[in-house]
Amino acid sequence: MKLRYAFLLWLAPLAFLGIFYFYPLGNILAVSLGRLREGEALALLRSLLSPTIQRVVSFTFGQATLSTLLTLLLGLPGAYLIARCEFRGKALFQALSGIPFVLPTLVVAAAFNALLGPRGWVNLALMDWLSLRQPPIQFLNTFTAIIVAHVFYNLTIVLRIVGDFWSHLDPRLAQASQVLGASRLQTLLRVTLPLLLPAIAAAALLVFIFDFTSFGVILVLGGPRFATLEVEIYYQAISLFNLPMAATLALLQLFCTLAMTAIYTRLAAGLSRPLGLRPRRFTQRRLATWSIRLSATLLLGLIFVFLVTPLAALAVRSFIRVDGSAGDATLVWTLDYYRELSINRRGSLFFAPPSTAIAVSLGYAAATVVLALGLGLLASWALARHESALLSRLLDPLLMLPLGTSAVTLGLGFIVALDQPPLDLRASPLLVPLAHTLVAFPFVVRSLIPSLRSIRPRLRQAASVLGASPRQVMRTIDLPLVGRALLVAATFAFTISIGEFGATALIARPEYPTIPIAIYRYLGLPGALNYGQAMALSTILMGVASGGMLAIERFRIAEVGEF
Amino acid sequence: MNQGFGLGVDQIHKRFGDIHAVAGVSFGVFPGEVLALLGPSGCGKSTALALIAGLERPDRGEISWDGRSLRDVPPHERGFGLMFQDYALFPHMNVFDNIAYGLRMGRWPTDRLGERVDEMLELVSLPGFGHRDVNTLSGGEQQRVALARSLGPEPRLLMLDEPLGSLDRNLRERLVSDLRRILKSMHQTAIYVTHDQDEAFAMADRVAVMNAGRLEQLDTPQVIYSHPASTFVARFMGMTNLLEGIARTDPGGSVVETAVGEFPVEGQFQGKVILLLRPDAVRPDGVGSLRLPGSLLSCSFRGSTCQATIEVRGVPLKFDLLSSSALPPPGELLTLGFEPGEALQVFTN
Repeated sequence: MKLRYAFLLWLAPLAFLGIFYFYPLGNILAVSLGRLREGEALALLRSLLSPTIQRVVSFTFGQATLSTLLTLLLGLPGAYLIARCEFRGKALFQALSGIPFVLPTLVVAAAFNALLGPRGWVNLALMDWLSLRQPPIQFLNTFTAIIVAHVFYNLTIVLRIVGDFWSHLDPRLAQASQVLGASRLQTLLRVTLPLLLPAIAAAALLVFIFDFTSFGVILVLGGPRFATLEVEIYYQAISLFNLPMAATLALLQLFCTLAMTAIYTRLAAGLSRPLGLRPRRFTQRRLATWSIRLSATLLLGLIFVFLVTPLAALAVRSFIRVDGSAGDATLVWTLDYYRELSINRRGSLFFAPPSTAIAVSLGYAAATVVLALGLGLLASWALARHESALLSRLLDPLLMLPLGTSAVTLGLGFIVALDQPPLDLRASPLLVPLAHTLVAFPFVVRSLIPSLRSIRPRLRQAASVLGASPRQVMRTIDLPLVGRALLVAATFAFTISIGEFGATALIARPEYPTIPIAIYRYLGLPGALNYGQAMALSTILMGVASGGMLAIERFRIAEVGEF
Repeated sequence: MNQGFGLGVDQIHKRFGDIHAVAGVSFGVFPGEVLALLGPSGCGKSTALALIAGLERPDRGEISWDGRSLRDVPPHERGFGLMFQDYALFPHMNVFDNIAYGLRMGRWPTDRLGERVDEMLELVSLPGFGHRDVNTLSGGEQQRVALARSLGPEPRLLMLDEPLGSLDRNLRERLVSDLRRILKSMHQTAIYVTHDQDEAFAMADRVAVMNAGRLEQLDTPQVIYSHPASTFVARFMGMTNLLEGIARTDPGGSVVETAVGEFPVEGQFQGKVILLLRPDAVRPDGVGSLRLPGSLLSCSFRGSTCQATIEVRGVPLKFDLLSSSALPPPGELLTLGFEPGEALQVFTN
């Protein structure tokens, strides 16, 4: 009886993954590997051990580890502030911290370029001040640029997942430790961090996988000297047209992701405990002393400057024309770039005004939120409740797979597999949200599970003794208790859909471009005007994304939001 | 208060927004003494504990130990113990590690540590529980582990915040006497917070009754019961026969006129007063220097006593009568007899 019930919960998410993930992926892998001739398979496997590929693999792991550690280092203190302290402008700060996450890699690269590039604001200012001929700061095409961009991108994951869990952690556990003679540091190390570990591990896994499969950042900010597995897949497939090699590397990348997720799953089961979660209003307090207030302000300031400066540089760039050459450049304020957006100068067939791109993006995002939350809630609920069941242990890593799959591979798979009966979705407006849901799904699941697992079993038992059916228990206990996590998940789904580029570029219909696609089109065209228009549209994308996130933050589903 | 030894609490205030949780409370706890903070929920007693433990900072006022101010001493350096209302056991540690936590923080030598934990487990009658997972313990076991954890590091002052609140009555009664025995045998200075007067009376050497952030009365259980300092304390002790009246002086004392009748009382009173008719100082057989005619409305059996509701001149009054006394059936008339010195008390507030 119980097993059958669990199976019903699994049905929808599994069917979804089967049709829209495994089928297209299997299709593209089969097509690629099908081109292998006799005897080539062994040579292919041997080439996996070549120094080039070995270097790629170790670089991929190395940069991902370093990026993840730095993201945690900066993110955990920030998560503490968000979780435990009341301060003015917190909602705004949270919304701001989420913006980098929704920006397409191209825009982030452009933002760092606008700030630190050879003709970026910092170099321009330094050259002017010190009368230099050459830009003094080398940022583009360095390892530092890659790491900085990764931290910039992923900081919000740590802030949100850990911050949300921390804000519900019973503060009396830390108080008990202090009364027993532990200093603040000892309490942090022995009580708070161990209890936070499930959330930290979940956030770290997501960040690591993102860095591990990084593509755009490496390509645009790292330059040709650096290659991750994903970049290598792209080279092999597009430049060398070595599809069998690309497919093999895609499988290797998938395997790595699967292995990491499996390790995480094992650890997480041992880490999570039944915690009495507390409503936010019991756990938050004002910053008490001047020293705490000062260090909090410094930290927030640091994060703020780190996140906002490149974005501001980008936004300012969209309003300014640089006339003349280095040394005696003049800056002119202008609205031309925005005005030009609605003018189809080149008479392009696929021209779309910004209003269309915004409407298309928002529509796709809304559909993605609905799909991802519905499926994700079912899957994470089944996982959290039947934690030890064989089915759960097998399926948990499976749910994380889409994260480790390159968007490019997935997009190709959609094109190859979903364009013929019985599943001809080429013309369907659902195709893009389906792809976005695949990417968002692991985020939704990972955001929901720590909260769901921490609900005391006694609460559910109490509810069923009081006459609640399993479905009522879910509606009246689980759902309200994971309300915050649900909002976090919704934010993830929304932002991922708004910013997704790799898969969308391959499957979106040209007459209905999303905002990132439109930006990409402008970036691909030469000239200052097109560059300015790309900056203008990127600025619009920032506005739409932060507006959407603020709206979700305010959106309260009948009491669900507060606790 | 006691500026010399033990805990001194002097005129402390704490506000949370509009709520004045603690509004000028002063008291002291002598070494070896168990003091109960008694009051209804929301009266500020838990906040007072948090202030003494250093988890909150008072807006005004001073907390001291042996005459030295604790203003700038953080919680972990105060050497106090606090047992939380729902225990706050660390869910990621077993029983042994929970109890050893405070010892490790106090840098107890490793060879003494295991010994001390066993000693504590023995003390709370849970020998051999060290390896158990705290998430699987029953309520009573969790309570005792929490007690062992807070007693382990030998705190100068142990604070217990409604430690028996969530347990069943039988277990509670047994644990109250266990707890008092343990605390007294260790000569432990302690503050015991509760909303239950039976618990407070059974545990404490002295009881401080709190109401709306203020201290209403601080004295031994006997004095608080026999001479409640205010109508609030009287009502909290379950004495509900409080009659509004007008007092006038009379040769040899005063007379209070109430809806029930005129009563002679000792002392000089004038104007509006409230008269307490103690529920336990009345006999149903009419023997005594004062008498009241009434009719029995109902009688609920409480073991050795029964609580009788008796209507006197249209006013229902409650009395605790010995179950062995002969009562007429409900609805019948009877005469109450009592001595004014024992049964009456006048409040001018």
